[in-house]
Amino acid sequence: MYKIGVIGDRESVLGFKAVGLQVFPCLDSDEAVKTLHRIAKEDYAIIYITEGLCKDMGDSINEYKDMRIPAIIPIPGMDGSYGIGIANVKKSVERAVGADILFGND
Amino acid sequence: MARLNVNPTRMVLTSLKKRLKVATRGHKLMKDKRDELMKQFLELARQNKALREEVEKLLNEVYGNFTIASAVMSSQMLEEALMYPKQGVAIEVGVKNVMSVNVPVFDFKTESSDTSNIYPYGFASTSGELDGAIARLSEVFPTMLKLAAMEKEASLLAEEIEKTRRRVNALEYVMIPQLEETIKYIKMKLDENERGNQTRLMKVKDMMLQQAIQEKIAVDEEQLREFKQKEAGANPKQK
Repeated sequence: MYKIGVIGDRESVLGFKAVGLQVFPCLDSDEAVKTLHRIAKEDYAIIYITEGLCKDMGDSINEYKDMRIPAIIPIPGMDGSYGIGIANVKKSVERAVGADILFGND
Repeated sequence: MARLNVNPTRMVLTSLKKRLKVATRGHKLMKDKRDELMKQFLELARQNKALREEVEKLLNEVYGNFTIASAVMSSQMLEEALMYPKQGVAIEVGVKNVMSVNVPVFDFKTESSDTSNIYPYGFASTSGELDGAIARLSEVFPTMLKLAAMEKEASLLAEEIEKTRRRVNALEYVMIPQLEETIKYIKMKLDENERGNQTRLMKVKDMMLQQAIQEKIAVDEEQLREFKQKEAGANPKQK
């Protein structure tokens, strides 16, 4: 059995606690990186990270990119979306195809 | 294209030919794999994009609800209300095989199946907006899970495609031309040797013939001389 973790700022993650996810409120991206590495070793299959923190921890997230578990998924936080999630989709298309052929026109 | 550094012998030629055959076959298979992976990946990426947009929209709605809830209630009250969650979620991770790429499949289970009983607080001190926000979030949650699985699948597939593409290119532009070049080189070398051998043999044969003719001539002359001597010895008595 695996758990689901949510890393983010306090306001954003509050609600996820109510639906039964493990939440890890973090103030800045340094703390988030530490938390990420700590909980990635435990049995978390999915770790959601709010985009506000996500944008400064690219390297740490990329470490887990090619592993099957955990899946690290950026989600928008209370302060809205930074477009990181879509950018990731784009990036993986670029990686596979060599050029962005799907979303090139937007 | 540089050829491999090998001895131009027949044995090496045979083994190189075998390698070329394997490489060509591997190249074809890899190419097929890449094409199929690409097909699946593009479809997945399209879905992924749509799903992500949907999740972002839904989450923004949820956050909006939470903002309203926290505006109505004091933050201490809100936190207290959500401090100890009632609902628990655990997920099972299965494996799905897409073109020999193992991708995770998430299957989630909630501790209490009753969706109307997920609120971890009494209703007396909380506002209705909070209930709405939490209900909405628990509705959004399965979509978020789907998104997680899909994004992971997409990124794993992308990695595999990248790897396969590299292999295809390495085979197509390095391995196969190199092998072909080397095979050609060995063939030319062997042919050249063959020709060299042929001329040498012809030359030797010529020389041997020449020698045989010389010997024959020498023998003939000897016999002729003996014959003449004999004739010269016999005739004077007759005269």
